[in-house]
Amino acid sequence: MELPVISNNAPAAEGGGCASTGCGSAPDALAHLPDHIRAKVQDHPCYSEEAHHYFARMHVAVAPACNIQCNYCNRKYDCSNESRPGVVSEVLTPKQAINKVLAVAAEIPQMTVLGIAGPGDPLANPARTFETFEQLSERAPDIKLCVSTNGLNLPQYVDRIAQHNIDHVTITINCVDPEVGAKIYPWIFWENKRIFGVEGARILIEQQQLGLQMLTDRGILVKVNSVLIPGVNDEHLKEVSKIVKAKGAFLHNVMPLIAEPEHGTYYGIMEHPEPTPEMLQDLQDACAGDMAMMRHCRQCRADAVGLLGEDRGDEFTMDKIDVMEVDYEAAMVRRKVVHDEIIEKLDAKRGIVKPKADGIPQGSRAVLMAVAGKNGIVAEHFGHAKEFLIYEASPEGVRFISHRKTELYCGGMDACGDGDVAEAGATESLLERNIRVLEGCEVVLCSKIGYEPWGKLEAAGIAPNGEHAMEPIEEAVMAVYKEIAASGKLLPSAETRKAA
Amino acid sequence: MALQITESCVNCWACVDVCPNDAIYEDKPHFLVDDGKCTECLGDHSVPQCAAICPIEMAIVNELGEFLNPPGSLTGIPIEKLKEFGMWREAA
Repeated sequence: MELPVISNNAPAAEGGGCASTGCGSAPDALAHLPDHIRAKVQDHPCYSEEAHHYFARMHVAVAPACNIQCNYCNRKYDCSNESRPGVVSEVLTPKQAINKVLAVAAEIPQMTVLGIAGPGDPLANPARTFETFEQLSERAPDIKLCVSTNGLNLPQYVDRIAQHNIDHVTITINCVDPEVGAKIYPWIFWENKRIFGVEGARILIEQQQLGLQMLTDRGILVKVNSVLIPGVNDEHLKEVSKIVKAKGAFLHNVMPLIAEPEHGTYYGIMEHPEPTPEMLQDLQDACAGDMAMMRHCRQCRADAVGLLGEDRGDEFTMDKIDVMEVDYEAAMVRRKVVHDEIIEKLDAKRGIVKPKADGIPQGSRAVLMAVAGKNGIVAEHFGHAKEFLIYEASPEGVRFISHRKTELYCGGMDACGDGDVAEAGATESLLERNIRVLEGCEVVLCSKIGYEPWGKLEAAGIAPNGEHAMEPIEEAVMAVYKEIAASGKLLPSAETRKAA
Repeated sequence: MALQITESCVNCWACVDVCPNDAIYEDKPHFLVDDGKCTECLGDHSVPQCAAICPIEMAIVNELGEFLNPPGSLTGIPIEKLKEFGMWREAA
């Protein structure tokens, strides 16, 4: 699946909430993304530079076990004073983690994202990791879930990841060449054996690449993290960036090696040089030609809480959480108000004004519309649309609901539209299948539509509409909603609709 | 015959999840092996699973007190460096 990437070239932000200067904020970076992707990243501090000023994340340390050794990691992870990946103060059981998440989410309403990132590898702790995700998706459905992995066990868990509605996955990929990998990973645990050196690295790389492909095939957003290790993978990361982009990774985050001797890691003890800020930036710039780079990463702890760059973990130790009373239903209401305010502010910054449903009486029924859109515009020919974006218009306004995939029935000729492509039989069944995909929608907005699909859509009770070609999607949806209202078809009952 | 866990253990749970005999249990200050259950994986696997996944050198020993993962064997850090950083000790 081809995913669009965030622009690298947007101008730097003014002000904002980030304590650090030069965090590379790019207010326009999300503007050109299709709505369904923007909806996934606009409140995720790790996927959107802009979001990290406003939205917070937390990690819960339920995953202590690991299945590989990295030379930049020391598995003696218990430390309260250091802030770096792999370090935590207390490992939690899934039950403790859920209490902690609910407490933090109630206390910090702008916390939108819960990640499991260690201190080992989440997918080497499948029972603890998935129990946490399962319970949270039930009890706190307004929290986005994400997971970070070394990739070794990824292929076998991709389906469970998809099933738990986890739509952000980070894979740490430091190399695509086993010879390079052998200098980074001394061993892996694979099929009941410890496998050293090049052979271990080869298996790890294979599983990472397979897992990446499987995730992007399922439409799950993947961020790739790479640790820049001077003299080991610095040049090589340019190649990594190209390959992961080709496989559909959404964002590449190159982080500097942390190698202090007192951390007790291989690179630390062997006094391996850390990259200078210039080296890091040069490499990020070199990779930026290939894909979007994340430049605002703070390399946080596996139990971090709060905005990127801050850690409020001390306020939420288990002894404090145990005595907190959390009414999550009430908290969710408060959280929604806070999130909507922030999103509205961000939209306003981007110059997006949400169309208002003025003149529509309260209590009017909501209408689902399908849009053949591209980059926020009603820009696709009905027969060329690879997916339809589903929007709901109601007296509250327009909101994005989901995307539904289609199969192309149109061969792609310029003057397509009369259904006269090679195999009439196959064409017909595909068209009909696509119309079934639109079930529940009352209108299809597209830039152009042929005579045959027009008739079939009408017969299926879906009104085709090509009158808003090249208009912004949300404005077009609201305009059509108002037309429906004006024709008196928004009266509450479904019978009215059928009778009309 | 049974393996044992030493004070080097960091309580990461990795061995618990791979033990075919459920022989490893949580305890303070570190995990322990139930020597009534441990078979050193004979009949199940070609190598003891706890020692094959354990990331910490010197954390698993056999009945003779020998390290299954001696100093330097997992990280590749040379012995003299381990000594310098206080990360080395002799087997029992």
